Amino acid sequence: MAGQTPWQTVGPYFHYGLAWKGGADLIEVGADLGARMDLIPEGHYVLNPNTTPRGKVTGESIEISGVVYDADGAPVTDAMIEIWQANSAGRYADPQDDRADLPLDQGFIGFGRSSTDQNGVYRFRTVKPGRAPGPGNGLQAPHIAVGVQARGVIKRLCTRLYFADEASNAEDPILALVPEDRRATLIATPVPGGYRLDIRLQGADETVFFDV
Amino acid sequence: MADVIEYYREEKGGHPASLSPDYRSTIARSPRQPLVSVPHTLTEVTGPTGVWDQLMGPAVMDLTKQHKAEPLGQRIIVSGRVLDENGRPVPNTVVEVWQANAAGRYIHKNDQWNAPLDPNFTGAGHVVTDDQGRYRFITIKPGAYPWKNHFNAWRPEHIHFSLLGPAFATRLVTQMYFPGDPLIAIDPICQAIPEAAVQRLVSRFDIETTEDHYALGYIFDIVLRGRHATPMEA
Ligand SMILES: [Fe+3]
Repeated sequence: MAGQTPWQTVGPYFHYGLAWKGGADLIEVGADLGARMDLIPEGHYVLNPNTTPRGKVTGESIEISGVVYDADGAPVTDAMIEIWQANSAGRYADPQDDRADLPLDQGFIGFGRSSTDQNGVYRFRTVKPGRAPGPGNGLQAPHIAVGVQARGVIKRLCTRLYFADEASNAEDPILALVPEDRRATLIATPVPGGYRLDIRLQGADETVFFDV
Repeated sequence: MADVIEYYREEKGGHPASLSPDYRSTIARSPRQPLVSVPHTLTEVTGPTGVWDQLMGPAVMDLTKQHKAEPLGQRIIVSGRVLDENGRPVPNTVVEVWQANAAGRYIHKNDQWNAPLDPNFTGAGHVVTDDQGRYRFITIKPGAYPWKNHFNAWRPEHIHFSLLGPAFATRLVTQMYFPGDPLIAIDPICQAIPEAAVQRLVSRFDIETTEDHYALGYIFDIVLRGRHATPMEA
């Protein structure tokens, strides 16, 4: 078996190479959301995503946002957050999710990439996912897979975002593996227009990270 | 729905530790609580497929042809294959790169190192692997640059690589180095990797990839996490 290629940090200068305009908007194309155009000199933005409207996205549009903090409570202003999620019916836009009884949204890929801003804030526009299957015959609570990278983060930190207003959290098989007193670090709280979840890389209320 | 086919776990001894104190920024940015191990669900084994144009736009393969004139520096070809641990090619997956210019300066506004910017070099691109998992970029050799990690700290010449692979679990961001670079042995970011695995990040010079009177060729193969069986075999 070939050895895995090792991780290395994304470093502080990924913005002009990885963060495309609209990368953090999973619903509509054409917005700037997710890119940091303030860090890219004029004429050096070479990412050019297709701005043709993708099609219908079912579900209520929500904003997911939060601050990334380091051990000292300082905002992490050079983080890159990535998300992966099912659509509002709970189906993933991947051929492996072959549950044909659930609708696929033509306009919804389910992947997003956001750079934190000068205040350490990440921001996505998306829909609340439905329930995807879990181990056995169970269902997972609605959730979004989250990857955190930054200068000083030498390999990706994986976490999840759950929703505070979901009764199914109580039966989620992944949340059940998290010590009860730490579960709150994974649960986004409702705010006007969406949900908020801060990410704490270390310290009191350190976010739960998963070995995925 | 049946249980999913899991990906192999992160190779023990193959990756850096989140807390790698010689790379100072990891001290305040790495968790202290143990990671919570979770089984793979449909969430971890799926990912975006074949939608790269919709996300990042059309491929940018030649980084020397993005502006009015050619950038300064040694023109190089960087090519290789993306494979999984079972040795199978990973086709139709996006490979993103970004790098400093020949003088070791990034176009990024926060890079204030006193080396010249090159108006003809942005240093970012992305391509999609072919059905054999192959990718190829034309670029210029990046320069080494100083950083403030410790006294007289210089990063070895490197190109940053980003791959999504077929699943959330296969994500990889890494850096490619050049053969014979004396800075590799004293770079805390390289040395955070167990010794045996450091060489996996060092490209090799290849005369077959090299093009006469045009560019030196380097090969860099990338191995993503493999899977216990492919869905088709299950
Ligand atoms: Fe770098």
